[in-house]
Amino acid sequence: MAILTARASHRLSVTQGIRRQVDYWKVVYQRTWRATVVSSFLAPLLYVVAMGVLLGGFIQGDPDVLEGASSYFEFVVPGLIAAHAMQTAVGETTYPVMGMIKWQRIYDSMLATPLTCRDLVAAHLSFVLFRLVTTCGVYALVLAPFGVYATLWGAIAAFASQLLVGMAFAVWVYGYSTRLTSEEGFGVLYRLGVFPLFLFSGAFFPVSNLGDVGAFIAYCTPLWQGVNLSRMFTLDHVTWWVAAVNVTYLLVLTVVGWFWAVSGLEKRLVS
Amino acid sequence: MPKVLHVTDAMISARGLRKSFGPRGAEFEAVKGIDVEVRRGETFGFLGPNGAGKSSTMRMIAAVSPVSGGELRILGMDPAVDGPAIRGRLGVCPQEDTLDTDLNVRDNLYIYGRYFGIPKDEVNQRADELLDFVQLTDKATSKVDELSGGMKRRLTIARSLINRPDLLLLDEPTTGLDPQARHVLWDRLFRLKQSGVTLVITTHYMDEAEQLCDRLVVMDKGVIVAQGSPLDLIRDHSTREVAELRFGVLEEGQDHSALAEKVADLGERVEVLPDRLLVYSGDGDAVIAQVHERGLRPAATLVRRSTLEDVFLRLTGRTLVD
Repeated sequence: MAILTARASHRLSVTQGIRRQVDYWKVVYQRTWRATVVSSFLAPLLYVVAMGVLLGGFIQGDPDVLEGASSYFEFVVPGLIAAHAMQTAVGETTYPVMGMIKWQRIYDSMLATPLTCRDLVAAHLSFVLFRLVTTCGVYALVLAPFGVYATLWGAIAAFASQLLVGMAFAVWVYGYSTRLTSEEGFGVLYRLGVFPLFLFSGAFFPVSNLGDVGAFIAYCTPLWQGVNLSRMFTLDHVTWWVAAVNVTYLLVLTVVGWFWAVSGLEKRLVS
Repeated sequence: MPKVLHVTDAMISARGLRKSFGPRGAEFEAVKGIDVEVRRGETFGFLGPNGAGKSSTMRMIAAVSPVSGGELRILGMDPAVDGPAIRGRLGVCPQEDTLDTDLNVRDNLYIYGRYFGIPKDEVNQRADELLDFVQLTDKATSKVDELSGGMKRRLTIARSLINRPDLLLLDEPTTGLDPQARHVLWDRLFRLKQSGVTLVITTHYMDEAEQLCDRLVVMDKGVIVAQGSPLDLIRDHSTREVAELRFGVLEEGQDHSALAEKVADLGERVEVLPDRLLVYSGDGDAVIAQVHERGLRPAATLVRRSTLEDVFLRLTGRTLVD
């Protein structure tokens, strides 16, 4: 009888798992970056020009009403970037996730290797973070010369808050996508989730305009937390206890959403 | 401190292995307590019709589907604990191609090799070797969509070999391929077998099982109904020859049972199929001669040797394509 010895290795660390998938995601980005130029960079900048410059030219805002901004342009830009972070995150965690589960079945082939569902989610969300860094970063670099940012540290903190709100959406939408069997659910998500949030979470106007009940509902939304953080840091008009609440809200949401995302993929693919 | 495991010769060892799906109380049991042992260097087959539990068993062996009951050890390790370590030493060729159609042929191998943590230079070298092995070197820069079905299967097999696995799992490797492509694939699998790779194959093609497998189990409805080498199974459960008497298809609900009674004494047993009778005997030609002597006029006759299909028919009362 032969004796084999086998080293029972524990599963990979998260960083090992991500590192092994870097080449895959690099190829994905090489393949898709051209298509993302319009949605990631051009469309948002058109929004800034249309809403901030052209529409904003007609709006004479009182800084008290515009949450510390001296112009509508200054008011709308930080909110737009945060809202765009949400849209980028949702875009990267809806159809691409379903495609890798159901259409191309890339995840199936990955799971036949030492990688686990946790590793797959971690790498996919790392790619989302990369997309957020590039899109929000380009935004910041383009808008900085227009004097949008009051301070350098504020620009950095605003950038970090945009990444945080993007990731808070990414983990939850990822989890949602793993539980969908048909892409029809994405239509519902966009119509009833993304679009109303985009319009009514304080990116375009102060949520106090919504009345007490409307404002309260807006304050409860994750996007408002990100918009508020982004705006406070951009304008250097920070109410620290509010910022602490916003950050805590988004961090808790992201951490809980991470487990929801991993459990969703495990239920779907490891049955 | 690495954990050192004491392992026997068995590459796979299953005792009372079960797999259930669905909510508690309304479970569907796909695998109902099977015992299997696969030894190093052999080619082992799971033969059975669709829904027999072959793929569920394979997914458990591939350490991607948790065991519902019983005990399973792969390469001496418990898949519930050591899944990543086990998968690092397995090659998996799934039933459906999961190749990345946006990548070219070579990149499919390279990217997959990276998932195992193989260094870039090493994985590049292995990719070239494997493309040569599966005769796809001239297609290295082609898109996957440009390949034929047989080429895609060969690429999937090449991909499953990128980590130089101790154990290669092939789930229905030739389903959907034309005869020529199947033979090319079989040739590659023979070469792997000769090089000492342990192969585990599921198939519902009895000729594939006979061609490739040293030993196999016949599965039906989640249980093993027979096991042994193809020749042993045929010897134990069938006769040397089979006389096929084709009488044409009858009206719905009718069969050739009446004719079967007239030839029942000519062989060890008679199976009634919708369009023909199968008479199992050591001498098929003698059966045909006596059928004619009795004045029966089949539209066509055929004498052939028994196959695993006959074994399956004997054990389950159904054909593999039912």
